[in-house]
Amino acid sequence: MRAGGEDFEFEPADLVRAYVITKGRELPDEQQLSLITLVTAAPQDGRRPARLTPEEQRLLDICSAGYLSVAEVAGHTRLPLGVVRIVLAALAEGGHLLTRPPVPRARNADKDLLEEVLNGLHRKFG
Amino acid sequence: MGFTASSDDRVGLTTDDYVSGGATQTAVKILVVGHFAVGKTTFIGSISEIEPLSTEETMTQAAEAVDDLKGVRGKTTTTVALDFGRLTLSERVVLYLFGTPGQTRFVQMWEDMARGALGALILVDPERLADSFPVIDLIEQYGLDYAIAVNHFDGNPERAERALREALDLLDETPVVTCDARNEKSSAAALTTLVRYLLDRAS
Repeated sequence: MRAGGEDFEFEPADLVRAYVITKGRELPDEQQLSLITLVTAAPQDGRRPARLTPEEQRLLDICSAGYLSVAEVAGHTRLPLGVVRIVLAALAEGGHLLTRPPVPRARNADKDLLEEVLNGLHRKFG
Repeated sequence: MGFTASSDDRVGLTTDDYVSGGATQTAVKILVVGHFAVGKTTFIGSISEIEPLSTEETMTQAAEAVDDLKGVRGKTTTTVALDFGRLTLSERVVLYLFGTPGQTRFVQMWEDMARGALGALILVDPERLADSFPVIDLIEQYGLDYAIAVNHFDGNPERAERALREALDLLDETPVVTCDARNEKSSAAALTTLVRYLLDRAS
């Protein structure tokens, strides 16, 4: 049995590609880059960051015109969520990306937020 | 939207695609859950300010032991699609709605989805009540407060609600509303019912 060949057949093509994109990095801390963590490109003072991979550059470009949630970055690029998380984490680590994680859940914070959500729904939909 | 799946570095997003107050807003999420084809994506699409997006998560799940013999360490991968939409509700808050499939085997995805969620709206088809049992079990397992929204409804609402409460074994305080997921006002009303209930629970 040629184990290597068999292994290869079990891996879908995009999984192999994902490993290439992420350079084999592990998934980042889930709190830091949750589905609804908002991200945007850090100000670059006019110079483009050097030595980014094509995917890092692509995600940074998408994030350069405003804030998006991590889920939206994945949705717009059609890259798997896990891959997007890893690439964004690398960008954040390199100082290229600003991240705004959601507030941790706490009873008082929840109440304020829920009131804000309820009022917002009333304003928007009557 | 304007996104095309080209190899171009630039993705053609417009200003409306971005979170308008991202620098100061708090992002919150509510799950819209239910069994296959109950109307989750329709519901999200009816009230989302962006065209609903879809993202795929590659899941690793435990597989049959026989796989060990082939050197893949007892794991297989499968892909789950999450559909989601967005609602900018104020200068302070932006709400994301995540449509989540009700399969119990995607534990990793459920942990992701449930973490930090304000609550869940469970869409139910009265003709397929049994299909909702595992969904409700999951939501309860993750400790999320929820309301029931009955989609595809045409009948006597009061009698239907009594029967449904009994069938789903709901707490008396759990809100049950009927809704037409295709209709913006109707979907918004169901969401409002859930948020009001969550607020009661938090007070």
